[in-house]
Amino acid sequence: MRAYDLIELAGRNLREAGLRNSLTTLGIGVGVASLVAMLSLGIGLQKLATRQLGRSGLFDTVVVTSRQDSRGPRFAQAAPVTGQAKPLDDAARRSFEQMPNVAEVYPNFSAVGDVRLESNKSGSHFTVVGTLPQSARNSESFDDVQGSFFSANDAQEVVILSDFGRELLDLPREPRGSDLKLTQDQADQLLGKYVVLRYHKREAGESAPLSGKATKKKGESDPDDIDNGDATQAEDTQSFNLVPQQLKLKIVGIVSSEPNRGLRQGRTPVFLPLALAESLDMVQAGELWSTLRPSETKIYIALIVRVAKSKAVAQVEEDIKKQGFSTFSILDASKGITRFFTFLDLFLGIFGSLALAVASLGIVNTLVMAILERRREIGIMKALGASDGDVKRIFFFEAGSMGLLGGALGAGLGWTIGRVINFATNIYLQRQDIKPENFWVIPPWLVGAALAFSIFVSLFAGLYPASRAAKLDPVQALRHD
Amino acid sequence: MATNGTEFESVRTVSVVRHYKLGRTLIPAVDGVSLAAGRGEFIALLGASGSGKSTLLNLIAGLDRPDSGAIVVEGSDLATMSSEQLAQYRRHTVGMVFQSFNLVPTMTLYENVELPMRFAEVKRKERRARGVEALERVGLGDRMQHRPSEMSGGEQQRAALARALVNRPKLLLADEPTGNLDSKTGKEIMDLIRELNRTLEMTVIMVTHERSLAERYANRLVFLGDGKLVGESVNELEKIGATR
Repeated sequence: MRAYDLIELAGRNLREAGLRNSLTTLGIGVGVASLVAMLSLGIGLQKLATRQLGRSGLFDTVVVTSRQDSRGPRFAQAAPVTGQAKPLDDAARRSFEQMPNVAEVYPNFSAVGDVRLESNKSGSHFTVVGTLPQSARNSESFDDVQGSFFSANDAQEVVILSDFGRELLDLPREPRGSDLKLTQDQADQLLGKYVVLRYHKREAGESAPLSGKATKKKGESDPDDIDNGDATQAEDTQSFNLVPQQLKLKIVGIVSSEPNRGLRQGRTPVFLPLALAESLDMVQAGELWSTLRPSETKIYIALIVRVAKSKAVAQVEEDIKKQGFSTFSILDASKGITRFFTFLDLFLGIFGSLALAVASLGIVNTLVMAILERRREIGIMKALGASDGDVKRIFFFEAGSMGLLGGALGAGLGWTIGRVINFATNIYLQRQDIKPENFWVIPPWLVGAALAFSIFVSLFAGLYPASRAAKLDPVQALRHD
Repeated sequence: MATNGTEFESVRTVSVVRHYKLGRTLIPAVDGVSLAAGRGEFIALLGASGSGKSTLLNLIAGLDRPDSGAIVVEGSDLATMSSEQLAQYRRHTVGMVFQSFNLVPTMTLYENVELPMRFAEVKRKERRARGVEALERVGLGDRMQHRPSEMSGGEQQRAALARALVNRPKLLLADEPTGNLDSKTGKEIMDLIRELNRTLEMTVIMVTHERSLAERYANRLVFLGDGKLVGESVNELEKIGATR
């Protein structure tokens, strides 16, 4: 039998028992809708988590540190850590920048300073100062920024946390970790205004007001120093100064949560543009050995390597390790999260499939009923030349059609359910001052997969009735009233 | 009209046996029937209820398989055919007419007539012409879009005849074709069958329990009793009837 005849005959049969077939199709639709709704919830949650974590800069970031001993290069030379230790200097930074799939490389910067509003000469605040690279403008924290990101990478501008904004305005502090935004009035009192940052710059030479002279008299020995050679004595005579500086910075942005939070230790409420911070040569927190033992080249405590694609993180990490540096990324954590969501999707899929399994029993029931009702018709068809295969194909096609229609209906219904629940949830979230989110995500592949699965389940359900119809004895069928 | 020569033979059954199981008992529905029908012959199978007439007809139609023996139609032994080959045989070689018409009630007359052409994979354009021609031949050219429930018994049987003819079979099998019709309508149908038998040179095997009808239209009368062939006669009356 030709395909169009098969379609016509099956379509005619479906129309003849319209109500029953519609109800069966509706049953499949509900089953598919439940499956789609469950899976889209799983996908939505996974995307939400991935997006949140991805935008936090955790998943595409490798933290690089030197393998040298923290007490300084000389100590490390005497007692090297396993592997070839290299200084984390500008040369290393450039070599990372030239690696494939590396988007940017910047120092993990953390200094301390005094910050006060230019107009308020008495109220200064001792605080940690961090930096933000240009890529941080895509960070989730800037989604609801009051003001804007830095106008340039070396602009004399500052972005502050809303919490710190309250400190500057001498307002009572919110509970620690609160992400509460400033009111528009409060933000207006800060945005466009200037703060004065007082910090210490490291400078070679002597006679600075705050001299950190680190000289030793000839013959004196340092119990920690295991190398007392002549070369060391020359280095020991090096001196440095901590020169107090101050800089006027314009407040351009106020964020309620820390951008790129996952990479920093402690709380950082003030951020400078990266290039500006690097040019200031501020003494950084934790930079003890470089402070006490200054070197001619700039040595970084840690470099942040941001990878263009999170898939390439492992390769970049491996390449950096081969160059003799220590690395850290949360790739393993991300694998764990992916595994968790795979199990969650599987669980939700199984739960959603239950309704479809019940609906498939409806198909079996409908088609078995159709065989009983159309027993004589099947006998007639066989007497007129229909083969067992023709009869089987007609029933199979009817099952598949119900699956296709039910699948399409279910995908639409699932999408609608998702939108409605999304809408209702977001109304609730907005009332709680929480940003709206997309919890239900239906990607095109899910619609295709739901349709294919629905057709597959329907065909599977149609196997038994179709085979039973094909095996009908035409003589017996023709005798049937 | 009867012939022994295979060249002119349409149907030959050789010691055909078909038993049915009823509990533990074997009921011999057809028990060693050997019969031959020449091309263009009109044979009436006569016998009481349960004599095996319809079973033999179903065996010749390829709707059932014999337990033993051979059924050769147009040179092919049905007993050796696969299920698919039997379906093809029913499509192209045989046309069937039943006592209860067996039209599909949800289809129009044209759709009913078109149905065997769908299975025979006749092209859509050709189908239309052949369907219309078959319905016009039986006088239903103007009733094509009617459903069987809107037709009289005679009209339904004529539609069933048109459906049986539409694939141009060589053999027409009729199982009590007038059983559900009044005598006048029954005669009209029988006249039509005989006309088709003569104009299309189609072999006709008809099951009936009405001897008078068989004598009026058939060339040969074959009598069955308890599944066995119990008698056979060439119909002299039909020759007279043919000249009337």
